[in-house]
Amino acid sequence: MTQRPPDPSAADASPLRPPAIAVEALTKRFDTPGGAVTAVDAVSFRVARGSVTGLLGGNGAGKTTTISMLLGVLLPTAGRVEILGVDMARHRHAVLARMNFSSPYVELPHRLTVQENLTVYGHLYGLTCVKKRVRDLADQLDLARFLNRPSGGLSAGQKTRVALAKALLNEPEVLLLDEPTASLDPDTADWIRRYLEAYRARTGATILLASHNMPEVERLCDDVLVMRRGRVVDQGAPSDLLARYGRATLEEVFLDIARAETPMTERANAAD
Amino acid sequence: MRRTDVVASPAFSPRRVGAMVLRYWYLLRGSWPRLLELAYWPTVQMILWGYINQFMATSSGWVAQGGGVLVSAVLLWDVLFRGQLGVSISFLEEMWSRNLGHLFVSPLRPGEWLLSLMAMSLLRTLLGVIPAALLALPFFGYSVFGLGLPLLLFFANLILMGWSLGLVIIALILRYGMGAEGLAWIVTFMLAPVSAVYYPVAVLPGWLQAVAWALPSAHVFEGLRAVVYDGAMRWDHLAWAVGLNALYMAVAVGVFLYGFHRARVRGALLQTGE
Repeated sequence: MTQRPPDPSAADASPLRPPAIAVEALTKRFDTPGGAVTAVDAVSFRVARGSVTGLLGGNGAGKTTTISMLLGVLLPTAGRVEILGVDMARHRHAVLARMNFSSPYVELPHRLTVQENLTVYGHLYGLTCVKKRVRDLADQLDLARFLNRPSGGLSAGQKTRVALAKALLNEPEVLLLDEPTASLDPDTADWIRRYLEAYRARTGATILLASHNMPEVERLCDDVLVMRRGRVVDQGAPSDLLARYGRATLEEVFLDIARAETPMTERANAAD
Repeated sequence: MRRTDVVASPAFSPRRVGAMVLRYWYLLRGSWPRLLELAYWPTVQMILWGYINQFMATSSGWVAQGGGVLVSAVLLWDVLFRGQLGVSISFLEEMWSRNLGHLFVSPLRPGEWLLSLMAMSLLRTLLGVIPAALLALPFFGYSVFGLGLPLLLFFANLILMGWSLGLVIIALILRYGMGAEGLAWIVTFMLAPVSAVYYPVAVLPGWLQAVAWALPSAHVFEGLRAVVYDGAMRWDHLAWAVGLNALYMAVAVGVFLYGFHRARVRGALLQTGE
């Protein structure tokens, strides 16, 4: 495989290539003592190659459950997920080396040093030059000073950068991020966002990020999926959403959707 | 980085197994109390039972005829216990560090992970039992290595049984969460009375003997006593131990894979932790 050409401008929505992520009628029901709970309800969407897509929604909207199913660590009750044209239910291992994931809620082993953690994952992802890749990432993410420190002893910002380094080890074509800047100070959060922008511009990677940070989504995302109660209730470019709801910020749009009985798109669909 | 730096993902990769062994080795080498603890209990047990052995040798004909029988038994019992614990503890390390979510979004396959757990269990068992076995020489002038080839066969069967127990315990923890963590420390000891570690199976009541003969460990310890007392290798006991181990390992792998599948259905791989 040759190096991917930089694709800094537009997402690749060519009909000849399957989208980076294709989700059809994805559903997840959990059996609980109080009865079955539907966390994700027949969700369908597509994410174009090279795009940055935001997954918005309040707590319990189904964002993390959706991401878990995209990654294959949670099996859907019904529906289908394809990543880079590969059916995740049947051939998940064919594509796992081409994607990666980072979340502040799934940690790396605390007692291993940063270098040890990245080395282990470098081997798991089948890198041929693990030492060099770890060194390069440490330089890029300003981690060189911490390489020999236990991961558990780092600050929140440092841990986030380590988690990002782990997620970028294999230079993934599809990167799933669950709240990548949660609990970070504004300076560190801005640094992470700039890094992600540069990464996408350099590699043409597809990024799907779940976030509660609306300015972050406005800044980074080409497209936004809004989830509520397990469903995708609206979708569009940030500017389209602002126009559709007649709002100045995505935060206001989010509040409109969160507080509305029936979001605008659902009303439109019902009218059709 | 060029994308050629990532090699294709094969169905089975010794390198991924090695990566996981490296992960557990980093953890072990980074903590001298953990390393010390590996050898501590086998050594204390060996010394304790060695002196009981020595005392009883002067007052009990049965023990006197079999020099070092209790020392051998205690060391081999530790192989079973450490074998099981080695698998369970490495798994629990992932639970404690909430790392399962990262591991299983990587190309690592469950079978490769199992092999790494077994490899670490073997390493931990050897690190624990070999120093204790060597210390038996200056303390009691007894070498368990004098058992020769049978020792290797006994070792292999006991550690296999330990791995089977460890896999079932992992499946139970995946199913019931960290509330089942204590199983890792108690399950093997529940089998000690019927494994006939320090006495013949014949001592047990009839109905319990039937239970004992269903365990590879009882056959191994009967075989051990045959070697020590009669200088004879009981191949029938060995065959039973191997057959039972094959059966239990197949069942344990099935239980583990089912438990892992159910964990993916319930979302337990991302939600585990203290």
